[in-house]
Amino acid sequence: MAEVLVVTSGKGGVGKTTSTAALGAALAQSGQKVCVVDFDVGLRNLDLVMGAERRVVYDLINVANGDVRLQQALIRDKRIENLSLLAASQTRDKDALSEEGVRRCIGELREKFDWVICDSPAGIERGATMAMRYADLAVVVTNPEVSSVRDSDRIIGLLDSKTMKAERGERMEKFLLLTRYDTVRAGRGDMLSIDDVLEILSIPLLGIIPESEEVLRASNLGSPVTISSATSAPARAYSDAARRLRGETVPMTIPNARHPLLTRLFGRRAA
Amino acid sequence: MLAHLKPSGHQRKFPVTIAARPPRHSFRFRGRNFLALVLKPETPRAAWLADLDQWLARSPGFFTGKPLILDLAGLSFARSDVVSLMAELDSRAIRIIGIEGADPSILDKSLPPLLTGGRTAGSVEAIEAISPRAATPDPADQGAPAAAAVAPAPVPSLMVETPVRSGQTIMNPDGDVIILGSVASGAEVIASGSIHVYGALRGRALAGAYGNESARVFCRRFEAELIAVGGYYKVLEDIDPPLRQKPVQAWLSGNDLKIATLDQNEKELVTWRKS
Repeated sequence: MAEVLVVTSGKGGVGKTTSTAALGAALAQSGQKVCVVDFDVGLRNLDLVMGAERRVVYDLINVANGDVRLQQALIRDKRIENLSLLAASQTRDKDALSEEGVRRCIGELREKFDWVICDSPAGIERGATMAMRYADLAVVVTNPEVSSVRDSDRIIGLLDSKTMKAERGERMEKFLLLTRYDTVRAGRGDMLSIDDVLEILSIPLLGIIPESEEVLRASNLGSPVTISSATSAPARAYSDAARRLRGETVPMTIPNARHPLLTRLFGRRAA
Repeated sequence: MLAHLKPSGHQRKFPVTIAARPPRHSFRFRGRNFLALVLKPETPRAAWLADLDQWLARSPGFFTGKPLILDLAGLSFARSDVVSLMAELDSRAIRIIGIEGADPSILDKSLPPLLTGGRTAGSVEAIEAISPRAATPDPADQGAPAAAAVAPAPVPSLMVETPVRSGQTIMNPDGDVIILGSVASGAEVIASGSIHVYGALRGRALAGAYGNESARVFCRRFEAELIAVGGYYKVLEDIDPPLRQKPVQAWLSGNDLKIATLDQNEKELVTWRKS
């Protein structure tokens, strides 16, 4: 039975697309059949982060409108065989998404894959509501900042009212993925603490991803961080989060601030 | 909602809404929203009236003081039918303030006026207690009564068991609102009566929204963006920092909005009671 997961946040730039790619790759690396779907119609990015931008022929809109078969639009990852991408259209806008088309498309994806991961655009408009519409569970990506936390809170409200699951009266499962967690700033105390974020949002924690050069580099290389540097701290955090999604109990690692001297000695090399 | 608010007298000397004295020949009108119940008769009429009687026996006094509209859409009633139906309702102490969906030609001055342009606010389940689903508001309906629930007398209060998320509005035009979780920054709770928040209050809370000056706001952790009673408000900036993050209550004393922690200020409360 396939699980449809939406990766959402409300606010832009918090790491939805990066997290979609990393979680998708981590789940695929553990043997699951995974498809990542870009719902950011008009501003597509997931193809770049997945390194598939030169192979996009058909996209989500083509499939939703019934122009092509799903199989024609799926792009199989070159590194992990059981990982596929359904890209967004760059030339259209979010109004081109029809609810019926999305329903049919998600239904077909459910039959082919174990996990369908929908990368939501920022905002609370049509693109975001369509991405969450048919989801079974949600990962809410949040930075430890007040603006991001409030936007996430708004999105949780929408997940509880605008999704098919909510409209059927079922409970929508939601998990918090805290990203861009800066160990140095956390040490200085000028970020919201993990406890504060959890207290405000009151949903279970899926993982804490440390702010890292590795993540930025991976995005620019077009390779999810769990593939490009599998042993790095963010990659391990994403892999742990993926295992928790599969129901495993994995102890939570809170990234620790590195020793200032070590940071000074070794921190520059990464930059 | 905020347009009717006046800053608490404690903060500014004059309520801002006091306008210059109007010219003598002009009238001032005020708009006000009421949630009306719509009663839709069914045919055969005798059976419907019998059902109504049975229902009234279980919930006596349900219609007391509530604006009621009679919806005749789809029913081909002649004038005499309407007159006799009105008499039947009158004998049950059900007063109709307007008629909807009827042919204007059958209504005259002896009958309630024809109303148009009503907007549906969802059906009201009168007999059942408020279900958790009814209490979960639709965040898309900002500003509108998101969850207006009418419970049987004596005290209709709205219980919300989930956290109130940013962008949501919880409204009870008929009494208190009780929130078991937190109210997020950017969320809004409006009640004609008091507001009780057992989590953190970070959004807005407007108690006594229709001018009930004896309403209060209670919360376990006070970080509200705005707090109002009976139309007098304070924003967080106006509030003493020591009160923040404490369990507090807010009440109105004259036109001064008072806020105090729940575990102290017994003396102040006593003086307030005497005044």
